[in-house]
Amino acid sequence: MGQKVLLKGNEAMAEAAVQAGCRFFAGYPITPQNEVPEYLSWRLPQAGGVFVQAESEVAAINMVFGAAAGGARCMTSSSSPGISLKQEGISYIAAAELPCVIANMQRGGPGLGNIRASQGDYFQAVKGGGHGDYRLIVLGPAYVQELYDLTMHAFDWADLYRNPVMILGDGILGQIAEPLDIRPYRPIAELPAKDFALTGCAGRASRVVKTLILQPADGLVHHNEYLQQKYRRIEEELSLYEEYETEDAEILIAAYGMSGRIAKGAVRRARQKGIKAGLIRPITLWPFPKEPFRRAAERVSRILVVEMSSGQFVEDVQLASECRVPVEFFGKGGGWYPLDTEILEIVESMQANPSVWATRKD
Amino acid sequence: MATFTRPRTLKETITHYCPGCGHGIVHRLLAEVIDELGIREKTIGTAPVGCAVMMYDYIDCDMIECAHGRAPAAATGLKRVHPDKIVFTYQGDGDLAAIGTAETIHTANRGENITVIFINNVIYGMTGGQMAPTTMLGQRTTTTPEGRGMHGEGGPIHVCELLRSLEGVCYLERTAVSSPSDVLATRRAIRKAFECQIAGKGFSLVEVLSMCPTDWKLSPDKAVKFVNHEMKTVFPVGVYKDK
Amino acid sequence: MSKNNVDIHFDAHRCKGCGLCVIFCPCGNIRMSDALNEQGHPYAELIDADRCTGCGLCFRMCPDTAIEIRSNKTAKR
Ligand SMILES: Cc1ncc(C[n+]2csc(CCOP(=O)(O)OP(=O)(O)O)c2C)c(N)n1
Ligand code: SF4
Ligand code: SF4
Ligand code: SF4
Repeated sequence: MGQKVLLKGNEAMAEAAVQAGCRFFAGYPITPQNEVPEYLSWRLPQAGGVFVQAESEVAAINMVFGAAAGGARCMTSSSSPGISLKQEGISYIAAAELPCVIANMQRGGPGLGNIRASQGDYFQAVKGGGHGDYRLIVLGPAYVQELYDLTMHAFDWADLYRNPVMILGDGILGQIAEPLDIRPYRPIAELPAKDFALTGCAGRASRVVKTLILQPADGLVHHNEYLQQKYRRIEEELSLYEEYETEDAEILIAAYGMSGRIAKGAVRRARQKGIKAGLIRPITLWPFPKEPFRRAAERVSRILVVEMSSGQFVEDVQLASECRVPVEFFGKGGGWYPLDTEILEIVESMQANPSVWATRKD
Repeated sequence: MATFTRPRTLKETITHYCPGCGHGIVHRLLAEVIDELGIREKTIGTAPVGCAVMMYDYIDCDMIECAHGRAPAAATGLKRVHPDKIVFTYQGDGDLAAIGTAETIHTANRGENITVIFINNVIYGMTGGQMAPTTMLGQRTTTTPEGRGMHGEGGPIHVCELLRSLEGVCYLERTAVSSPSDVLATRRAIRKAFECQIAGKGFSLVEVLSMCPTDWKLSPDKAVKFVNHEMKTVFPVGVYKDK
Repeated sequence: MSKNNVDIHFDAHRCKGCGLCVIFCPCGNIRMSDALNEQGHPYAELIDADRCTGCGLCFRMCPDTAIEIRSNKTAKR
């Protein structure tokens, strides 16, 4: 296969973008994702692409709006406060159905918060974020290799569905260096021609990319219905998750991204102690992989959600498991992360004393 | 044979603009220049948020409608991925000099090789006549019922003067469309600005003093006088940069 | 074609009745109609075709491209 190198998550994501044919990046510095623009500032020109350091995240996402409308594979990245600024542009991009990739290496919030890793932007990413009824395809990688691979797929899904795709990472994933297999890019499917692209109207009728729909009076209602149909199709076609030791699990841990990775260690330790624990780690966060949770809810006695926020992802787990089993929660906002030993302690106490944790459900 | 006919790049569609609105004149001039330079098939335009939001219904080239004030950023993205195409923005004063000020200044400062057509009608047309960044001192609007005051509201922003110092800017001219000779000057300025882009010189901008009879609550003939007698005093027409 | 070899046409259908052409015609050769067009505007009309010089000033000022002129003169653009 490809060559093995040691790269930080942020650099791996940037390299994957270049490999996948991304030729335009605009971004604004913010910790902990600065390695992305820094890497692309030299790597993109080398590959015949364009890097622009924008004057703000607002400008960066609108540059991507323009580049995507021009038919180029393009990307922007930021971290939480910067992603808030991008929401206006993201709504326009979703409305105009332009393909692009947006990375959020989350940090602690709300406000300026801190620069420690967090998962506090889950709702913003999977429930909307900007104005209007739209959806992003949201991916939650947990390993540098996975981040690399998913970044390549992100460009394909963006083109396939003509929809913005968000990579929802966090500060740890961006900063951690791991051995990486630089796999060459191979498209996951035959991708549609970009017949929307603005390239000058030589030899064809002129094209318009727009989001204002005034005529006919119910035109916007129809556009929304059409978008919803597209989102339903994506929900049917796209569902990625990792299941670990779930076959005979009695206690199921649900966690994504970095907390999913830490939780996997806790499951391993619990198994060593003879506790039947398992893990479901969603990889697509929207669409949310409901099916494995529906199945698990028929077998397990309880679910423990571990999350680096005060409780957002937990709501989707409750919905997906249809509230058939008690769902416990272990998480904090503000740039906190769980230790596998802490998770293990909770799993042990759940095992020893089923009622205590169950009654903590509000 | 002299002919004065609708340029090819201007669609036949009747515009939604009010009687006597300057947007219609500038649209025609823009279309005439595009025709004259033979660049329609390689031009990509951006529509603003403002009264000209639907200008893609009138101008027959590839167009993108941008968020309020963000057209220079979108144009940057487009031009960078299509350096061989001609890219223009068309923006009102609220779009360019209020909500989009940062995008305007930095796009100019980067010397993006694009052309900006800036319609200065000293008011927010589309939203019904509120104060614009270019509204003149003492001018009454729906949000400055006593007239714009220096204290609290500040004075009008002079865009050409403001951008002149930036290295990346190659051409700046302020013109009007309030008389036949002004219209001719605007046409020449727009042509010059596009020629700068074709020559790869960098950022070019034409500021057009334009009539908004409706929100000024003036008849079209009085609106023309308002431009000629009041606006031109505060915003002198002329070339502000040509390098 | 008029005496001056000018072929000028006002499109009553496109006209919004702003009157800018009326103000700027150097010959005072344009007036507004009493009737209204289907947009609800009075529309510009030429008074005397033979008096039109084909100068094109009305065309230049018209925001709605409601005027078209063809003449054998060379006009400055
Ligand atoms: C983010 C955002 N804020 C506010 C508006 C409402 N809005 C629409 S047009 C406009 C002002 C337009 O004025 P100007 O740019 O001067 O153009 P004009 O209509 O005068 O041609 C405003 C504030 C909007 N569409 N989007
Ligand atoms: S409101 Fe003013 S700027 Fe808008 S179309 Fe009417 S006259 Fe023109
Ligand atoms: S072409 Fe000149 S003379 Fe003839 S109607 Fe128009 S403005 Fe008047
Ligand atoms: S300038 Fe044009 S729109 Fe206005 S009255 Fe004359 S013909 Fe009609």
